[in-house]
Amino acid sequence: MSSSDEGLRDTGLDSVRLHDWLSRTWDHKRGLVGWFSTVDHKVIGRRYIITALFFLALGGLAAAIMRLQLARPENTIVGPDLYNQLFSMHGTTMMFLFAVPVMEAFAIYLVPLMVGTRAIAFPRLNAFSYYVFLMGGLMMWIAFAFNTGAEAGWFSYVPLAGPEFSPGKRTDFWAQMITFTEVAALSVAVVVIVTVFKQRAPGMTLNRIPLFVWSELVTSFVVLFAMPAVMMASTMLILDRLVGTHFFNPAEGGDALLWQHLFWFFGHPEVYIIFLPATGMVSAILPAFTRCPVFGYTAIVLSLIATGFLAFGLWVHHMFVAGLPQLGSSFFTASSMVIAIPSGIQIFCWIATLWLGSPVYRTPLLFVLGFIVIFVLGGLTGVMAAAVPIDAQIHDSYFIVAHFHYVLVGGAVFPLVGAIYYWYPKATGRMMSERLGRWHFALAFITFNAAFFPMHILGLAGMPRRVYTYPAEAGWSAMNLVVSLASLAFAFSFVLLAWNMMRSLRHGTPAGPNPWTAGTLEWATPSPPPPYNFARIPVIDNVEPLWRGNGSPAGEVSGLRVDARELLVTTLTEAMPDLREPSPADSIWPLLAAVAVGATFFGSIFTPWAVIWGLGPVAVTLIGWFWPKGAPEDE
Amino acid sequence: MPDRPDLDLSHLPTAGFGSRSAITWGTYGFILLEATGFALAIGAYFYLQSRSSEWPLGVIPPDLEPGTILTLAMLASLVPNHFIKAFARNHRVQAVRLGLVLMSVVGVALLVIRALEFAVLNVRWDTNAYGSIIWLLLALHTLHLLTDVADTIVLTALIFTRHGHKKRRLGDVEDNGVYWDFVVWSWLPIYAVIYWVPRW
Repeated sequence: MSSSDEGLRDTGLDSVRLHDWLSRTWDHKRGLVGWFSTVDHKVIGRRYIITALFFLALGGLAAAIMRLQLARPENTIVGPDLYNQLFSMHGTTMMFLFAVPVMEAFAIYLVPLMVGTRAIAFPRLNAFSYYVFLMGGLMMWIAFAFNTGAEAGWFSYVPLAGPEFSPGKRTDFWAQMITFTEVAALSVAVVVIVTVFKQRAPGMTLNRIPLFVWSELVTSFVVLFAMPAVMMASTMLILDRLVGTHFFNPAEGGDALLWQHLFWFFGHPEVYIIFLPATGMVSAILPAFTRCPVFGYTAIVLSLIATGFLAFGLWVHHMFVAGLPQLGSSFFTASSMVIAIPSGIQIFCWIATLWLGSPVYRTPLLFVLGFIVIFVLGGLTGVMAAAVPIDAQIHDSYFIVAHFHYVLVGGAVFPLVGAIYYWYPKATGRMMSERLGRWHFALAFITFNAAFFPMHILGLAGMPRRVYTYPAEAGWSAMNLVVSLASLAFAFSFVLLAWNMMRSLRHGTPAGPNPWTAGTLEWATPSPPPPYNFARIPVIDNVEPLWRGNGSPAGEVSGLRVDARELLVTTLTEAMPDLREPSPADSIWPLLAAVAVGATFFGSIFTPWAVIWGLGPVAVTLIGWFWPKGAPEDE
Repeated sequence: MPDRPDLDLSHLPTAGFGSRSAITWGTYGFILLEATGFALAIGAYFYLQSRSSEWPLGVIPPDLEPGTILTLAMLASLVPNHFIKAFARNHRVQAVRLGLVLMSVVGVALLVIRALEFAVLNVRWDTNAYGSIIWLLLALHTLHLLTDVADTIVLTALIFTRHGHKKRRLGDVEDNGVYWDFVVWSWLPIYAVIYWVPRW
């Protein structure tokens, strides 16, 4: 046997010594360097979630200022230039800095716990992705503070975003922020896929994977195929702007619609990148509060996969008024309607679960019910907008604003908030206040509908999107005032959430390992989970392994090292034990690499030579990252 | 939980090759997303071509020689690359070392030829959209070529240290070889698009 096969094993260790050894091996070091060096997926996941919620607050503030401006006709709180930046920053922030990262962050925190492993795959890449994401988001908002915010909408259409109509650096910051966030998102996608493929607990065959994990797996594949499109597009845009290429310049053989095709080839799957994890959250919350496994497990998995595929066949429905051939439009109308089928199947499965189970109406379930109502409404207006003649009428109107807020807030934010209430006890060890949670739900549900339902009517009445004001004679004043008041109240509902989260951190009732008596593996470990996740890796024989007679998994694994970070690697489909692979130790190098990459991207906004200068530091930090340093995990 | 562990896994090996190992799946993941990037760039090329009445836009196609020589050399490099992967699997460290030195030299030579390619494209990136897209295609592939050559050189240095005998490091050699295969095979459609589509 080689030296790497030696080392202290867990076999025969009693639970106290096991805990001591595993803590010593897996915990990160104290102090600033330790703080920046940790690769623990729970720590990184928590930072991701908090950062994404911080950007949600910034994006929400931008929305609140817009609604103040629109509360009255011909209002003068902000002018057209700032308004352009506000709606661009709002949309960009919500999509790129909040929704996608927060959904991936839940995967980072939960997937390793739910599949029963000690760490995420490629934990240093995971940490790297967080720092890149953080820098990209901060860069864009700091630029905004210096009056250099994005100004051409969250999809930055050319020629509006091109060198001619968007001079200065505003759109360059937008385009490079895209590069930052997509590098982060793509890294996380690979990390999640490999964790699910190779690190599942023994016995977790494909048909025993928790539905939330399935949803994050499918989402990660959608990310792999969708995100390169927007990176390509934003790279072309910044090249057009900075070095004089002509991708989107019709005068020199370029084409503005190329931007739209590339952007929406990413942009439509993006909706499902946000929505699919939310459906996974619903499928995780429902069984815990109905005491009944989700109805139609196989149907839901197939629906998730079908949605993932169909997501790539819809992009042109964002371009119905761009003058494309009619046959093409008809095809995309049909495909846009087809995708309602798998989503419909999921909704019927959830209703059946509620029907068959005995629902306990706690806050997480309330948000799931709110989701079902709001998302169905948004889905219905989606089927309407999929028809070319209707789309031609309502395009660029507030009807579309209403539609996508119903789909995105209803379809993603409501399940997300439910998920926060549901998994908060796991992450912190304390329950959130149920009473405050119910008030929060009631306020959020009522004010969301009060804010966004009238937008349908405003749109049908002709109010266009992205106008900084409107004349009193248009007859939209009363409804806009209602929308603005309700929006502010909706924003306040998030203050309740934030207050509940902060207060419960100290004053919440201790949760214990499994406060909801749920069935999946993350509840088999203490709350909050120790750095090593599981003292012994569980063996499972069921999709809800904790719902067996005695409330614990079918068995446990022994023979793993405790004096070095070691993971159990299993086979792809059957999850049979195959290898004991080391898991990388903490390292400062992912942060340094992220700083080098970030400085390169940032510098490239000002000079293309930054890419050349950046090569050296990037190479040095990557070598520092990968070069073995004699830790037992490197051997 | 019961105190009695059920499944003793102390006999499991600590490293494996190919699809058994997590790192290989990570490599596949990155290959998949980068291949998507190449496919989209090629798609953008044909989209721009379809929007133009003449192609290439008022310039002559790139000279064939450097690109063709590079293509043949890259295809030839698949042979030593294949053997290095096999040597790594069979734990033949000396053979791996020699092979990696060879691949490092080949890689640097390929980068030199690649530099010549840029010189004979016969169009600048800022001349027109045709120039922009072929510069983008070539630069995108060069980024991958450069990355893998740098990776190969670092790996060569690593494998000459005491780490060279570790099974995990030999797994890294295999993954580097898998990535090299991708760099070579992904070049073929790009070569066809840059050099032959304008001649049709």
